[in-house]
Amino acid sequence: MANAEPLVLLQGLHKTYNEGLPNAEEVLHGIDLEIRPGEFTALIGPSGSGKSTLLNILGLLENASGGGYRLSGRDVTAFADDERTHARHEVLGFIFQFHHLLPAFTALENVMLPGMIGSGRKPLQDDLAARAMELLDAVGLREASDKKPNELSGGMQQRVAIARALVLAPQLVLADEPTGNLDTRTSDSIFELLRKFNRERGTGLLIVTHDPRLALRCDRIIELVDGRIAADRTNTPAAR
Amino acid sequence: MTKLGFELTVALRFLREGRMQTALIIGGAGIGVAVIFFITAVLTGVQGDLIKRVTGAQAHIVIKPPEEIVAPLIAGDSEESRLASIQARPQRLTTIDGWPALARATEMTEEVIAVAPVVTGSALGIKGEASRSVVIVGTELERYLRVVKLDDKVQSGVLLIEPGDALIGIELAKDLGAVLGDRFRVQTAQGGSEVFRIRALLDLGSRELNRRYVYTDLRAAQSLLGIPGRITNLDVAISDIMRAEIVSAQLRAQSGQLVESWIQTNNQVFSAIKNQDIMTLLIRFFITVVVALGIASVLVVSVVQKRKEIGILRAIGATRRQMLGVFLLQGLMVGVGGAILGSGLGMALVWVFSRVLRNAEGQALFSLSFDFKLIGYVVIGAAVLGLIAAVLPARNAARLDPAQAIRG
Repeated sequence: MANAEPLVLLQGLHKTYNEGLPNAEEVLHGIDLEIRPGEFTALIGPSGSGKSTLLNILGLLENASGGGYRLSGRDVTAFADDERTHARHEVLGFIFQFHHLLPAFTALENVMLPGMIGSGRKPLQDDLAARAMELLDAVGLREASDKKPNELSGGMQQRVAIARALVLAPQLVLADEPTGNLDTRTSDSIFELLRKFNRERGTGLLIVTHDPRLALRCDRIIELVDGRIAADRTNTPAAR
Repeated sequence: MTKLGFELTVALRFLREGRMQTALIIGGAGIGVAVIFFITAVLTGVQGDLIKRVTGAQAHIVIKPPEEIVAPLIAGDSEESRLASIQARPQRLTTIDGWPALARATEMTEEVIAVAPVVTGSALGIKGEASRSVVIVGTELERYLRVVKLDDKVQSGVLLIEPGDALIGIELAKDLGAVLGDRFRVQTAQGGSEVFRIRALLDLGSRELNRRYVYTDLRAAQSLLGIPGRITNLDVAISDIMRAEIVSAQLRAQSGQLVESWIQTNNQVFSAIKNQDIMTLLIRFFITVVVALGIASVLVVSVVQKRKEIGILRAIGATRRQMLGVFLLQGLMVGVGGAILGSGLGMALVWVFSRVLRNAEGQALFSLSFDFKLIGYVVIGAAVLGLIAAVLPARNAARLDPAQAIRG
């Protein structure tokens, strides 16, 4: 799946919080990183190592303080808020630790939401409802499509969130501890689901996780320590 | 769900989700609107009644010849100081020179809707033993009716003046012991005397007027008062009665005559009405402010409560402008909802009080008229108000940093 241009290209990326103030704190010290389309990557590291910050910058939710970031062939470092929002909408999907579904919407509607926004160049999808239903089916929740999030279990909610992240067929899904608050069995099944989408649809995934068991089942493991990449290796998932 | 568009869909869901808050704020806005609606209706009714009562048999504006003043005649250029006693002279019956031209010019003036030539003077009404002092009003009835609506003041008889006919106040008829169709004599100090047949009895809205007024045709009054071909004043009706002073000034400037508006002649009533207007304007203004603050505060709280959801929406691709739109739309819908509820409530209030509040004659002070224009204004006004109230909270929502909002 090697393309000429990597999907994500970070060069000497810095992030400092409270820049210019006495309590300024640099949390990322020059990150160089390439992620190719369709890669299934784990991002690990102790708390406070800058994983979440890196994920937010990759997800265009936060700006870097210095260094270069090219996403899908475009230099996004100087993007204004609207451009970043559109790029996010076109290229990326998000899965958060706590599902973060909108409680006022049904499961199906939550999955449809990204398609309804219609920002950027991705046109509003006519077959959005059908697409959302197909994804709910793929995560095994066809029956629960008209349920509100609070009527679903934690694992089910996270499945809906996965379907939502995938509804616009993003090139890269950023997952922040997607199984963090789930029991082992549920977390395994969620992980399997992500693997399945990666395999079947070629969706790239970058999964932040604390769980070494999960990391070892990814194709590549990046370890972040104190704001630097301490290790970056390919991994052959052990057969289960 | 896709048909409504993203902003409207989310705005509606947010409102529905915060059902209690939404109901409270729409209720609050509704009560505010109802009060505005109600006081507007009551005030319009009360003032209308008052003005009708005061100006019932009066023209909006009366043009008269200037008053005669006495100037001391001092002959020669003496330096001696003199004692002079200047005595005001009794006012003669003065007339307007060249009135047809003045009437035409007045008719052409902006906002003037009708002009009627009038001859007035005092006389004695006599029937048998009874004699009463009366005011003769001679006019061209057809033109006069466009200036003063006598139509709704006819108690009996018909509004018609043929030569030798008169319309008189009901009290005068009683005093003279006359009924419809009877004849009575009118005699003036100038020596004129004429017999009139009573064609209609009028209730002019006040005892004083009912006791003294005798309407007849122009020619008869002119010959009675000894001023053939001339008139004593022009009565004028204008489109907006509250602008009488402005039109008066205009007429005064262009005619050089003495011009009096109903506002001058009823100064106390008019200033009472003005004061009422100012008071209700203040009340309306403060109610509006309170409603706007209410809507704004509920939306501010809602933005805080929905921080996380706003963050998620931003993360999955909603722009700042879209989030702004979501909250502005909420303000708009709350405003419109309040206005519709308030208009209904207001009409109910008007209906209830129109049966309780009555004027001196026992008629309802105001009627439950479905003033769709007022409802339209209220709805549009409330929509704008809701939008304005939502600006600040909506900007807060749009400015939220999604990364921070999601984190907690």
